[in-house]
Amino acid sequence: MSPTVIALVIILAIVGIGSLIGFRAGASKTMDLEQWTVAGRGFGLVLVWLLMAGEAYTTFSFLGASGWAYSRGGPALYILAYISLAYVMGFFILPPLWEVGRARGLQTQSDFFEKRYGSKPLAGLVAVIGVVFIVPYLQLQLKGMGIIVEVASFGQLNRTAAMMIAGVLVAGFVFTSGVLGVARVSILKDLLLLGAAVVIGIAVPYYWFGGIGPMFRALAHAHPAHLTMPGATKNMGHAWFISTVLLTGLGAYMWPHLIGSCFTAKSADTLRRNAIVMPLYTLTLPFIFFAGFAAVLIVPGLKDGDLSLLTVVQKTFPPWFLGIVGGAGALTAMVPSAILILTAATLFAKNFYRPVLAPSMSDGSVARLAKWASVTLMGVALFFTLTSGRTIVALLLIGYAGVSQFFPGIVLGLFWKRASKAGVFSGLVVGIVAVASLMLSGHDPFMGLNAGFVALILNFAVTIVVSLLSGSQGAAFLEKLPS
Amino acid sequence: MARKPTLPAVLLGLIPFVGVCFTVAFWDRVHPFVLGLPFNFFWLILWTLLTPLCLWGAYHFEKRADSRHSAGSHSGAR
Repeated sequence: MSPTVIALVIILAIVGIGSLIGFRAGASKTMDLEQWTVAGRGFGLVLVWLLMAGEAYTTFSFLGASGWAYSRGGPALYILAYISLAYVMGFFILPPLWEVGRARGLQTQSDFFEKRYGSKPLAGLVAVIGVVFIVPYLQLQLKGMGIIVEVASFGQLNRTAAMMIAGVLVAGFVFTSGVLGVARVSILKDLLLLGAAVVIGIAVPYYWFGGIGPMFRALAHAHPAHLTMPGATKNMGHAWFISTVLLTGLGAYMWPHLIGSCFTAKSADTLRRNAIVMPLYTLTLPFIFFAGFAAVLIVPGLKDGDLSLLTVVQKTFPPWFLGIVGGAGALTAMVPSAILILTAATLFAKNFYRPVLAPSMSDGSVARLAKWASVTLMGVALFFTLTSGRTIVALLLIGYAGVSQFFPGIVLGLFWKRASKAGVFSGLVVGIVAVASLMLSGHDPFMGLNAGFVALILNFAVTIVVSLLSGSQGAAFLEKLPS
Repeated sequence: MARKPTLPAVLLGLIPFVGVCFTVAFWDRVHPFVLGLPFNFFWLILWTLLTPLCLWGAYHFEKRADSRHSAGSHSGAR
């Protein structure tokens, strides 16, 4: 058998097993919307941990982090920094949010805005923004799938075909099994991925340089500026680092899908303990960086940095190992994609379509609409992926700039009585307009700062000022919380 | 209102922000190498270990505040 066939057969086998687990998990249960989206709110520490880790450990960390270590150098370290801070924020925000969620029967992020601020249009706006900024996140997963198959087939299978197959499989298992299927597949994917990451991160430096230390010394010698900021970039210095780490650290739990999985937890305490152990999960991330940095010396001059990890694996290991890495990587793209479309579809059907366009729709029809919306959304993301050339990390940073704009509405909404509908509405609009205008006009970074962060500051200021001017409707919502 | 986090817990939660974010100018350097890693890299890995410690400390303060909170409110539906 040729190396290509071996690698591809193994990838397909792993993807096949993963999909089977997903399909089976859903086959035995009847799925109403509550079961499909939050699995009846019954996940304990281990399943929530798996689900959230499954969401946190995506193609972004696997191919994107190594890709930026390769192409940007020092600035890629923002990823190691923000992930820890994200869990700190999760520790403080998720438990009170869960309490409110249970007391008020919330399933989505947008539900929170509807109930807290008593406004369906605001909730609809939040849903639409959430869906829009999930698209780049979905895009980067599909790009990852394409890269994996392209490299594993030694360039013989093209990305387009690979992404189509992945898209169909993911849409299929979301359609039938909902969030429970996703959590189960996470287990397989995490084991494979963590194992692969450690093996790659140790073996690659040893094989080429005789160790991790010698690899870094060789890199520091050959490219003295690559390992610190701004690395291989011109404008990603310390101000960019601080603003980006703050934006992504504060914004990490503003992703609609993460708030959705927060509601799957059994108790607020589960979420707190989860936040404590989650940073440990990221201890495998440095190994992925090792591979990206090693690639600078081993395979210089790649046009697309996101290819660096797999190219190095292909040059270092036998084809069967490339197959395992490819299979793990493929699941790593599929599991988060599944969660992303599940969330986006629910938001669209439940928080936008029904309240705004069809108020008399039954719960059953909403559930059906959500399932079909998930298939449509996959198609949209596929289309954009095929037509865009951004790096994986750049795609995620666009998403973060958008979803972080929910931060004032959620955090002030939880802890500050005077936060008002008018305040949050105007802050959100100002934030999103600022993100769009800065990014579309090529002003990111803006004066050395991450554009999304600049928008977030404006958003905060507007939310607070307008809230102070407009009184405090909605505070009753939090005061009447049963404990 | 949702219960606000306790002050000691918030202070513990701020420590990682200082460690990995605001102090970047002090630790973003290649030398000295520690355990074969460039200094900035080593520093950030160290904080993925220290952050759970800070949160674990915060957890104890929050837990205590939780039990006070639910004892103080009505007969306890949980």
